[in-house]
Amino acid sequence: MDTSDETLQQASPGLARGSGQTRQKAARLSPSFISWLQAGPMMLVFLAFFLIPLVFVVIVSFWDYNEYQLLPAFSGRGYTDTFEGCIAQLPELCTIGKTYVKTLKLCFMVWAITLFIGFWVAYFLAFHIKSKTWQMGLSLLCTIPFWTSNVIRMIAWIPLLGRNGLVNSGLLKVGVIDQPVEWLLYSEFSVVLALVHLFTFFMVVPIFNSMVRIDKSLIEAAYDAGATGFQTLVNVIIPLAKPGIVIGSIFVITIVMGDFITIGVMGGQQIAAAGKIIETRLNALQFPAAAANAVILLAITFLIITMMSRIVDIRKEL
Amino acid sequence: MREGRPRSFYVLAVFFAAYVLFLYGPMIAIYILSFQGPQGGLTFPMNGMSTYWLSKLFQGTGIVDLGAAFRRSLLLGLVVMAVTVVLSVAAGMAFRRKFKAQSILFYSAIASLIVPSIITSLGISLEFRIIDDLIKAHWNENFETSMGLLTSGLGAHLTWTLPFGLLIMFAIFNRFDPRLEEAARDLGATPWQTFRHVVLPIILPSVIGIGLFGFTLSWDELARSSQAIGSVNTLPLDLQGLTTTVTKPDIYALGTIISAVSFAVITLALGTIHMLNKRQAAKGSDAGKGLV
Repeated sequence: MDTSDETLQQASPGLARGSGQTRQKAARLSPSFISWLQAGPMMLVFLAFFLIPLVFVVIVSFWDYNEYQLLPAFSGRGYTDTFEGCIAQLPELCTIGKTYVKTLKLCFMVWAITLFIGFWVAYFLAFHIKSKTWQMGLSLLCTIPFWTSNVIRMIAWIPLLGRNGLVNSGLLKVGVIDQPVEWLLYSEFSVVLALVHLFTFFMVVPIFNSMVRIDKSLIEAAYDAGATGFQTLVNVIIPLAKPGIVIGSIFVITIVMGDFITIGVMGGQQIAAAGKIIETRLNALQFPAAAANAVILLAITFLIITMMSRIVDIRKEL
Repeated sequence: MREGRPRSFYVLAVFFAAYVLFLYGPMIAIYILSFQGPQGGLTFPMNGMSTYWLSKLFQGTGIVDLGAAFRRSLLLGLVVMAVTVVLSVAAGMAFRRKFKAQSILFYSAIASLIVPSIITSLGISLEFRIIDDLIKAHWNENFETSMGLLTSGLGAHLTWTLPFGLLIMFAIFNRFDPRLEEAARDLGATPWQTFRHVVLPIILPSVIGIGLFGFTLSWDELARSSQAIGSVNTLPLDLQGLTTTVTKPDIYALGTIISAVSFAVITLALGTIHMLNKRQAAKGSDAGKGLV
């Protein structure tokens, strides 16, 4: 737009900017000032409710505390309490180490499953559904649950997986088992299931976005050149869908790393995880310890994202 | 082109159908179960049919004051929706030009989206605690707290809804034809007129989409509210509290009510978007109609 304005100005000065009174007035507000007016409010919200709070998390993580209040004095207690016993217990893992190993394990399982489901759902929508209307309709079908409550979608598993739930009674009736399976609900299994259920959406959308941008003639070309379906998939589609795969993976991994609600509700409040430690510390009003755990979680999450964004430039893909 | 559908189509169609069943099946199960008779439990088979549990919820004989939580969540959702729409459209317009701090805003939004909610929530709660302490120490000893639904709560929800709003605006302007604005300008429209009469009508369907995201994400928000909402509870927080204590279909009834609001909003928004799109298709262009 700017360039077209300039060309116009050069060609016939006075035409591009008009000559009316209102035009003069608008021209007086410089474009950069207008940009500030437009983007400023959102920037302020992020500053006040995201960036400054993050700074406070880091600062408070170095404060001292007792049973009932924050003490604004420098102390490493938040961290030393968190890593308590980590050196003494070597080579055994300490509590925090075990918790992170567990969290990473959950993360990896959820990532692998959501990637598999998300990839094929997106593939189906992008390549097999030819009509735009159908494509829209089916994408909406996948999106609508995202607009409904996560807690409800977790609770929804109780009538299916509970001790007397549909799965157990079905298996009993068929005779596969002779007493109800206990590990279906309030277990690692149900946590992974619920996380996959809730967050596959975050995989489907970016992968679908990358896939619809793939020029269909490339696939025809691969086919004409004699590539098998599998070869086309591996050598054409997956490389071109990689940005979507990486973005989806970043979403899923960061969500699972910080999750405490799904793990709490579906794990029967029994499973420890990185986000859950923060919540436990907060319930005990140990703010510096909670903040220290938040800093550790943030650092690990940031590390994972940096590693993954090496593979793809997020800015270009949006 | 090859004729007919390849076998992979059918395999993936079945896979897709299974995924959709996986998405909706459990939800539908609890909607059905909330219509059980008074003796009903948490699992199938259904124990009679009635609206006992739903009406019990409305009578307020339930466990917590759900009416108040309902009104709070609705108020917060509507405010979040309005703020998200206005701020996202404005910032989206700004991104069409280059401006300083562009990448700062962009990366703030992305970071806000992917930094774990509990950390943002904790940060906001610390921020407000420190503000409270400062006020108590310097101005007013009897000051209670600045935390609340429409201060820290609103802020917490916006850190979640605004990134979605901004990303949707990017998507809109990626396929927006700037020549339309140039044409308006050439015809003597002021920047505001251009926006009001040319840009806004074209992007309106997507703007309603932003509103839909704003409301529904706030209505169901939990992780960020958990520490930042202050002393009051929103509906999802009450619902989460019930998961550990309730053994009756109350909880399904509550879930059904919350979902009913979500679905009403989704239907309303999608219906409006559909209507606007149809109107645009019908009246958006007078090409080929000759001179009037």
